[in-house]
Amino acid sequence: METSNLTGRRIAEYLDEGKRFDGRGLDEFRELIIERDISNKAEGSVRVRLGKTEVLVGVKMGVAEPYPDSPNKGNLMVTAEILPLSSPRVEIGPPKFPAIELGRLVDRGIRESKFVDFEKLCIKEGEKVWQVFVDVYSINDDGNLVDAAAIGAVAALSIAKMPKYDEKEGKILYGEFTDENFPLTKDIPITVTAYKIGKNVIIDPTLEEEDVNEAKVTIGATADGYISSLQKGNSTSISIKEMENIIDVTEKARKNLFAKLEKFLK
Amino acid sequence: MAKTMEFKRPDGRKVNELRPISAKVGVVPNADGSAMFSFGGTIAIAAVYGPKKMHPQHQQNPEKGTLRCNYNMLSFSVSDRIRPGPSRRSTEISKITEWALEPMLMIGNYPNQVVDVHINIIQADASTRCAGINAAAMALAHAGIPMRGLVSSVSIGKLDKQLVVDVDKHEEDWEEGEGATDIPITMTPGGDITHLQLDGKITGKQLKEAITLAQGALKQIYEVQKKALKESVKL
Repeated sequence: METSNLTGRRIAEYLDEGKRFDGRGLDEFRELIIERDISNKAEGSVRVRLGKTEVLVGVKMGVAEPYPDSPNKGNLMVTAEILPLSSPRVEIGPPKFPAIELGRLVDRGIRESKFVDFEKLCIKEGEKVWQVFVDVYSINDDGNLVDAAAIGAVAALSIAKMPKYDEKEGKILYGEFTDENFPLTKDIPITVTAYKIGKNVIIDPTLEEEDVNEAKVTIGATADGYISSLQKGNSTSISIKEMENIIDVTEKARKNLFAKLEKFLK
Repeated sequence: MAKTMEFKRPDGRKVNELRPISAKVGVVPNADGSAMFSFGGTIAIAAVYGPKKMHPQHQQNPEKGTLRCNYNMLSFSVSDRIRPGPSRRSTEISKITEWALEPMLMIGNYPNQVVDVHINIIQADASTRCAGINAAAMALAHAGIPMRGLVSSVSIGKLDKQLVVDVDKHEEDWEEGEGATDIPITMTPGGDITHLQLDGKITGKQLKEAITLAQGALKQIYEVQKKALKESVKL
């Protein structure tokens, strides 16, 4: 049920006139809805909707050994699953590239922005640190899972609580929380992906639009405008001019998105 | 019956009382049919895709259509994070779910086709397979798959010597006296059993009582499922 060439051409023609099938501007996000605490065993969890696209993101905390190169820092692991439940195209089986890419893009958006204060996640240097799992699941894929997932990861971490830890027993007391918030810095990362279709660049594609993109660029940046992660995907090249345009377009979209996210964070 | 009155459940429910149940249809727009079902803190969603051509081809059955269920717990649905991906437990529950639903399905006229049912547990507080089966039955009906009727599922527990309806996690870990026995049951509205499992220790007599007890609870669940489906077709 991939999008047909005919529809693809129509999408491109429309974009040349500055129009999209759903009437949005080229750089306009769909309606963003963030719902918190959707799963009560997670230390933080949210449901994010971008139009018909829906993802669930949960934060779980564990205790593990630190990595040898960062003995005083906690560990972060982001995984994403594109569930067969979320789309007729997905088959059961080991994660395919889109799911791996999704997890890694979200991971780098969080990690590189220094949003998580990893040093505060150290329990005992060189021995025990908090291991943070951020797990993303698609519930309905109508395009742009990556931006929805990235927003979800930030939102879930922002509301995550720290479980109590019994150091003597080496046991996490799930369901009991300390008064401290999950350690975060002020550098809130926002990820926006730009998609090139023909001569145009769009933001937040529906599945149809995503299907016919020739190239995409995912940019993670903080509210102050510093870009901390970027990845170009797909096999069409992008001219320098186009890239410059993408940097500008995503910056504008990021500001809009940030305003919406801030509302939730309050 | 006097004993029934005395027994105190940890959350104060009566022995034959379900946790608050809720159901909703159409939770996954992409799917041909979908539903959410919850028992208290247990939330399951199910989505149906199909009938569609069975893939891989060697699994096609030229005589009749196939039902394929996939039960999956989200990693953060329990206190100790579950590693994502299939496990022996989830594989078994997937099969059990197929068996629970198949008797009501009329997919004989769909040779080489498959109906996929994807069940995901978003939040777990015991009885997840029952919530999954309830959601799956609704999702199949919502997808318009020919069926004789719905099935409804509930877990009956025996805590020490007392039978109770719809066990939660706290009760599942009951240790006093004879401990906990967990008996998930699925039935058709007509009272036929399509799924029955048991873990624990119980007499034949009490098992019969458990089945009788389940019937009352299943009736309530059936009504909730039916209501949610009816609401989804309101114009």
